[in-house]
Amino acid sequence: MDDLLAARSQMAMSLAFHIVFAAIGIAMPLLMIIAEWKWLRSKDEIYLTLAQRWAKGTAILFAVGAVSGTVLSFELGLLWPHFMGYAGAIIGMPFSLEGFAFFTEAIFLGIYLYGWKRVPPRAHLFAGVMVAISGALSGIFVVIANAWMNAPTGFRLVEGKPVDIDPIAAMMNPAALPQTIHMTLAAYAATGFVVAGIHAFMLRRDPENRFHQAALAIALTVGGVSAILQPLSGDFLAKRVAVTQPVKLAAFEGQFQTQQSAPLRIGGVPDENARVTRYAIEVPYALSILAYGDPNATVKGLNDFPADQHPPIAIVHIAFQIMVACGVAMMLVALWAAWRYLRGRRDYRWLNSKWLLRTLIAAAPLGFIAIETGWVVTEVGRQPWIIYGVMRTHEAVTPMPGLIVPFLTFTVLYIFLALVTVWLLLRQVAASPKDPEPQTQESRVAA
Amino acid sequence: MPLETIIAGVMVAALVLYALLGGADYGGGVWDLFAFGPRARDQRALIAHAIGPVWEANHVWLILVVVILFTAFPPAFAVIATSLHIPITLLLIGIVLRGTAFTFRTYDVQRDEVQRRWSLVFSIASIITPILLGTTLGAIASGDIRVENGLLTSGFLKPWLAPFPLAVGFFALALFAFLAAVYLTVEAQAGQLQEDFRLRALAAGVVVGLLALIVFVLAGSGAPTVRAGISRSSWALGLHILTAISAISTFVTLLRKRYRAARVFAAAQVTLILLGWAFAQFPYLVEPDIHITFAAAPKITLQLLLAALVAGALLLFPSYYYLFRIFKTE
Repeated sequence: MDDLLAARSQMAMSLAFHIVFAAIGIAMPLLMIIAEWKWLRSKDEIYLTLAQRWAKGTAILFAVGAVSGTVLSFELGLLWPHFMGYAGAIIGMPFSLEGFAFFTEAIFLGIYLYGWKRVPPRAHLFAGVMVAISGALSGIFVVIANAWMNAPTGFRLVEGKPVDIDPIAAMMNPAALPQTIHMTLAAYAATGFVVAGIHAFMLRRDPENRFHQAALAIALTVGGVSAILQPLSGDFLAKRVAVTQPVKLAAFEGQFQTQQSAPLRIGGVPDENARVTRYAIEVPYALSILAYGDPNATVKGLNDFPADQHPPIAIVHIAFQIMVACGVAMMLVALWAAWRYLRGRRDYRWLNSKWLLRTLIAAAPLGFIAIETGWVVTEVGRQPWIIYGVMRTHEAVTPMPGLIVPFLTFTVLYIFLALVTVWLLLRQVAASPKDPEPQTQESRVAA
Repeated sequence: MPLETIIAGVMVAALVLYALLGGADYGGGVWDLFAFGPRARDQRALIAHAIGPVWEANHVWLILVVVILFTAFPPAFAVIATSLHIPITLLLIGIVLRGTAFTFRTYDVQRDEVQRRWSLVFSIASIITPILLGTTLGAIASGDIRVENGLLTSGFLKPWLAPFPLAVGFFALALFAFLAAVYLTVEAQAGQLQEDFRLRALAAGVVVGLLALIVFVLAGSGAPTVRAGISRSSWALGLHILTAISAISTFVTLLRKRYRAARVFAAAQVTLILLGWAFAQFPYLVEPDIHITFAAAPKITLQLLLAALVAGALLLFPSYYYLFRIFKTE
C-alpha cells in the first residue's frame, strides 16, 4: 500500500466511522425532546423513562462522535496539508461556524444529560432543543465545506494560486443547499429507522409493551417522514450534480456513451474495458428526464471526458445503486406504516402487525447502509480530485512516509471502540421496562 | 493593531481557556490514577463528578484553536501538521481514549473490576495526552521546524524528539495536575477530601516550579529565540513579577486554606505562563520561518472570521456561564 492510498484509506475509514455517530448525534436529540415534550404535556411517566433511556445511549454515542470528530479536524492537516494550506482561507469559515455549533451542542448536552434534577423541566427541555438545533447546524456546516470540494466557488485561479477569495461565495456554492438537505434528512431517516427497528424487535418479544410502542411511534415518525422526503432531495441533488460534475453523474449511471434520451440503469455492472454497463434494467428516457427534466436531453458519457478525470466507475455506480435501493425501500416501508397508522391509530393498533414489525427489523440498517454508500458515491465520485477541477488528491497528500502505520492504528482503535459501544448499547436495550420507573434511572448518572 | 494580530490573540485566548478548563480535566485523570489512601474511592467519585458534565464542552476549545489556525493561518497549520505528524497522531489517540474511556466507565457495569479497567485507560490517557500537547507546543517554539520555499527541511522527528519539547510536555502535565488539584479543593467543599487535594495541590505546585526551571534552562539551547524574548524584552520583567506573585499567592492561599482565592491565583499563574510564551514568540507562528503577517489569510477571510468569533462568543459565553452555574455552584 503506497502512502497516498494509506492516507485515503485512513481518511475514508475515519469518515465512515465518524459519520455514524454524527448522524445519530443529529437525530437522537430530536427523538429525545419529542419524548420529553410528550411527557410534559401528558404527564405520562413512560415518556420520561423513554427520554432518559434514549439520553443514556446518546451520551455514549456522542462521546465517541466528539472525539472521532476531533480526530478528523486534525486529519485534514495531518493527511492533506497542501489542501488545507490552499483551501483553509476559502473554506475555514464553515468550519469556524461548526466549531461554535459544536460548542453549543456540547454545553447543552452536558446540561441535558446531567441536569435532570438540577434544572426545572422546561429549562431541561430547552437544553434538549438547543442540542437538537446545534447538532443539525454542526452537520450542515461540515457538509457545506464538503460541498465546496465538489463545486468550488468563491475564488479565481491565477497561475495556480487562489485570488479574489470570497468565503461567503464559497459557502454559497451550488452543491451546498442540495447536499445539506440530503445529508440532514439522511441522518434523521437512518437514525429513526435504526431506533424503530430496535423497538420493533423488543415488541416482537414483548408485545403490547407500551414503552416500546411509544418509542417505535416517535422514531418511525421522524425516520419515516424523512425517508418519504429523501427521494425528492436526492433528485434535487442529482440534477445539481448533472450541472456541476457531469462526469460524476455519468459514473453514477455507468453511462459510457454520450446519448440523447438516455435510459436510467437500475443495477448492472460497468465493464471499464469494454466501456459498457452490463446486466442493467434500462428504463427508457428516464435518465434524461431525471437529470435534465427533458426526455430528449443529451447526457454526456464518460468516453467524452479525458480518462485521467474518471473516478473509479464500478465502485461509484454500484455504491449509487445500493444507496438508491435502500432509500426507495425505506420510503416504501414508511408509506406502508403511514397507511396503517391512518387506518388504526388508537392504542397503537397500527403496530399490531407481525409483518410490519418484521419489516421494520429488517429495514433497521438500511439508512446507515445508504449513508455509507452515499459517502462513497460523493467522495470516490469526486476522484481523482480533492477540489473538483482544481487540485488532485495526490497533490494534497502529506510527504510523511509510513502512513500505513497510523491507518492501521486508527483502524484497530476504531474497531475496538465500535465493539465496546455496541456492547454497552445492547446492555441498555436488553432491559425492557414494564412499568414507569420515575426518577430512578438518572440518579446514578446525576449523582 | 493589525487584524491578523487580533485573531492570533483570540487564538491564544482560546488556548489559555483550553488549558484552564480542558487542561484541568486531564489533571483530574492524573489524580484518578494517583488516588490512594482510605478515601481513594471518594477521590475518584469527586473527580468524575467534577468532570462529567463539562469535559465535552471544555474539549471544544482545542477544536476552536485548530479551526482558527487553519482558517486564518493556513500555511502555519500545514507546516505544523506535517512536521509534527507523529506527536499529533499520538495526541489524538490519547484524546480518543481519554474521552471514550471516561464515558464508558460512567455507563458500563458498576462492578469494581470493570470500573477499574476503564479508570486505568482514562487516567493513563489523561497523562499521556498533556505530555504530547506540551511537546507539540514546545516543538513549535523551539525554532527547529524549518521551511524553505514552502518545503519542510527539518524532517519528522528532530523538531519534537528533543529535550526541550519533551520537558515542555512534562511541564504541561504538571500544570494541568496542579490546576486540577487546586480546583478540586473547592469542589470537595470541606473535610478530609479537601485536605487530600490541598496536599496534592501543594506537591504539584513544587513540581511545577522545578519543571519550570528545567524548561527555562533547556530553552537556552532548545528554544534560544523564545528564551531571549522571555529573558530580555521590556515587558518580560513585569510578566515575570506577576507570574511569581501568582505562584507565591497560590501557595500562601493553599497553606491558609483559602481555596477560592487559590483557584483564582492558580488560573492566573497558568494564564501568565502561556502569555509569556506567546509574547516571546510573537510575531512568529512557527519559529523562525512562519511569520504571522506572511502566513495570514486574505483580509476578507480574517474580517469574516473575526465577525464569526465575536458573534460566536456572544452565544457561547452566556451558555458556558449557565453550564457552570448549574454544575459548579452548590
